[in-house]
Amino acid sequence: MGATSTETNMADPNATALARYRNDFLKEVEERVEEGPWVKMCMQCGVCAGSCPFGPHWEHSPQKIFMMIRAGKRDEVLRSDSMWMCTSCYNCVVRCPRQLPITQIMHGLATYAHRLGLAPKLQPTRDFSLQFWDNCTRTGRVNELKLTMGVYFKDGLAAGIRKGWEMRRVALGLLKSGRLNPFELFGGHRCKDQKGVAAMLKKAREIEEQRKRAPG
Amino acid sequence: MADNKYAAYLCAGCGLGDAFDLGQTEKIALKEGKMHVVRRHDFLCSAAGVQTIRDDIEREGVTHVLVAACSRRAKTEAFRFPAVAMARANLREGVLWVVAEGSAHDEVRQEMADDYVRMGCAELKKMKLPAGNPDAATNRRILVVGGGMSGLTAAIEAADTGYDVVVVERQGALGGWAQRIWKRTPFRAPYAEPQDTGIVDLVDRVTAHPRIRVHLDATVAETAGAPGRFKVKIARESGGVTEEEVGAIVQATGFSTYDPAKLPALGGGAPHVVDQAGLEALAGAAAGGAIRRADGKAVASVVFVQCAGQRDDTGTHLPYCSGHCCATSIKQAMYFKDANPDVDTVVLYTDLRIPGMGEDFYRSAQRKGVTFTKGTVSRVESAGDACRVTFRDLILDEEAVVDADLVVLATGQVPNSGVDIDLPDDDATKAQQVSILNLNYRQGKDLPHLRHGFSDSHFICFPYETRRTGIYAAGPVRRPMDMAQATEDATGAALKAIQALENAALARAAHPRAGDLSYPIVRLEGCTQCKRCTVECPFGAIDEDERRFPVFNESRCRRCGTCMGACPVRVISFENYSVDTVGSQIKAVDMPDEFSEKPRILLLACENDAYPALDMAGMARTGYSAFVRAIPVRCLGSVNTIWITDALNAGYDGVMMMGCRKGDDYQCHFVKGSELAHYRMGKIDDTLKQLGLETERVVTHEVAITDGARVARLIDDYVAQINEIGMSPMKGFG
Repeated sequence: MGATSTETNMADPNATALARYRNDFLKEVEERVEEGPWVKMCMQCGVCAGSCPFGPHWEHSPQKIFMMIRAGKRDEVLRSDSMWMCTSCYNCVVRCPRQLPITQIMHGLATYAHRLGLAPKLQPTRDFSLQFWDNCTRTGRVNELKLTMGVYFKDGLAAGIRKGWEMRRVALGLLKSGRLNPFELFGGHRCKDQKGVAAMLKKAREIEEQRKRAPG
Repeated sequence: MADNKYAAYLCAGCGLGDAFDLGQTEKIALKEGKMHVVRRHDFLCSAAGVQTIRDDIEREGVTHVLVAACSRRAKTEAFRFPAVAMARANLREGVLWVVAEGSAHDEVRQEMADDYVRMGCAELKKMKLPAGNPDAATNRRILVVGGGMSGLTAAIEAADTGYDVVVVERQGALGGWAQRIWKRTPFRAPYAEPQDTGIVDLVDRVTAHPRIRVHLDATVAETAGAPGRFKVKIARESGGVTEEEVGAIVQATGFSTYDPAKLPALGGGAPHVVDQAGLEALAGAAAGGAIRRADGKAVASVVFVQCAGQRDDTGTHLPYCSGHCCATSIKQAMYFKDANPDVDTVVLYTDLRIPGMGEDFYRSAQRKGVTFTKGTVSRVESAGDACRVTFRDLILDEEAVVDADLVVLATGQVPNSGVDIDLPDDDATKAQQVSILNLNYRQGKDLPHLRHGFSDSHFICFPYETRRTGIYAAGPVRRPMDMAQATEDATGAALKAIQALENAALARAAHPRAGDLSYPIVRLEGCTQCKRCTVECPFGAIDEDERRFPVFNESRCRRCGTCMGACPVRVISFENYSVDTVGSQIKAVDMPDEFSEKPRILLLACENDAYPALDMAGMARTGYSAFVRAIPVRCLGSVNTIWITDALNAGYDGVMMMGCRKGDDYQCHFVKGSELAHYRMGKIDDTLKQLGLETERVVTHEVAITDGARVARLIDDYVAQINEIGMSPMKGFG
């Protein structure tokens, strides 16, 4: 995701976007969010909202998010935790009579909000995503032990220990069956061509930047 | 009567021969039915069987034929003998297929079949071969009232089919609304862009057509006559009257827009607020360029308010949806977007209703960036140089405000349908209404209206059929619609008008008894001038002469028999359908005595929906009681109460009537027949009480053609109810 690099590249992306699009949030979404041009095609039938297994747990259903975008509610949309709740089950995408790629739009909006620094800081999905990305891009493979520890201790030492204590039986079981190596905590093993992975990610980032610049 | 020769033909095919003792039935036809010839055939509808009948007609001089086989709705091609009077006894769908199988039911099954043959014979004895109505007239021209999209389409379609057409237009030019709008909603694939109206071309074609004569600045001052012989006075604005004779009329008088001044809360009448017609004028002036307001400012943002003064449930404004306005707003939003994609266009709707292929058009507008917001508008007011629209966002469930340079109100269509003849004469609204057709009919000057002022035109089943024979309504005068629908409508109405005048020329009835040669015959010497027939005729066919006797305009008549049902002195009849043809059938049934435990139920079934439903019960082998005796009637409206009295006096234990749905969403083929029957039967309770009978002995049901299973259930339930009440005490006195 390259969160750090984008944020350092632009001075204040949020201010830039605000200045550029003034009141036209729909246009901003169309140009800057992955699959954003689909938002205007929503016909407000509400099938996505009814199909979502997480429906009752979001503040705003996709239907409402689309309506809020059209109503120019920039701050409310980008600061919403709703997009982060998407589990990518694709129920809405399958059912949408207008064939909107709703799942992709949700992730697109989440990413965009994150890059502008507007995404809710303590949102657990966002936090996990960041740790996961950091973890796997560092060595080219996911270090499960480090990832688990990171998630356990994100709310502080005491909370981490408590969580670890709760999960001790699972951990012991994994240890016994050779699925958990405590030494992974110190470095752990990496993929063969770590430089290659880094180069690949760099290239991907370049392509994305190019694409974003192209239509604007 | 000396020359009449009656013959009955019994079919033994389709299992009828096995199920019944046809030898006994033959004897009944001969002795009780007094048939001169009785024959049985193993396969009557075969070529050989039909030839037997034909030979008898040609060589033996048979004039009246009873076919005792299947339903009168089956094998109509085989059993078509136009030179003789004919009756059918329904032994297959009516008996064999509905009475339970097995020898336990042999007795009642045979009784039912014998009764149907008795009834057929009795009916036949009272029938005459219809001679065709004496009112036949052969004018083959068509008058089209209204020179808009609908009227011009009707005119060109009729003229291209080979009929002369007279067009009357109130204004100084042809084209109507179509020539006042910039573009029309697309009616061809890919349904993505507003299209040219094509009205200029259509007007040119009409003007140049050798078969079409156009009267501009003209109105219809008087319409007299009947299909095939309408006499129309056309009054010119400049004075002067032309008289034209025509065979049929298409009324395509279109609509007016609902007055936005009646919508002050929505900014009606305020600056920078227009209705859709107003926006068409602005778009026309811009001619594809930037659309400017009346004050010359180029519009940078526009809000469309849908359902303005429509779908109103408070009773203040139009209660209905005009159907075209959503698509029209989409089209108008595109005017802005096509000229300049940066113009903000917001459509505020509660439900987008875009019939036809409108969904593609809607998508096209979304692609162009038109914003659709689901909300109800509460207020439109001036805000500086712009307008402020306050609405409730129905998705986000909150109050919201949007500012715009221009607000367009999607107001509805109000039909130009003339005088509401059902209003009392002293009604203030009626006094202001200007008649369109100025009919000199006894029942009033214009086509009768539906609830919201649209011309009543058998809305559900037969869209162009109005309640005035030979006059067809087309376009938005009939129901709210868009241009594509109006074009289709006008084509349909033109073809119906052609049918009507061709039928009139051949002395035949128009829809729904198309081709019927019978017509109402009145014995004036018995008439008491009670006026029931002239008032109740659903089609305004009957006028009154100076002595207030009814004057039947046979060509205006649809042959429903509502007048016959209405007549208290029973002086109205048809040659093949009369108080006698049905009355004698009722009396012909062999009535078992009070102690037989065999009730008899008379079922008078409308031939349009109820009787086919009974047939379908048979076809599906949905059995019903063998105690019922069904008689098809032309319409429940033709049921004369004497039949009910006769039936009860003859010892019937109950009378069922089955007709079509009545009311605003009526399905009655004769519009008012079913309603009148229900009304009349509502009054029969008193008669029943006088006779000392329970009111349950006469029941009326609304039945649809699809109710095959239901009619069987209704019959069985009723028989059970009669069994509970007990047998009629009137048996043995009739």
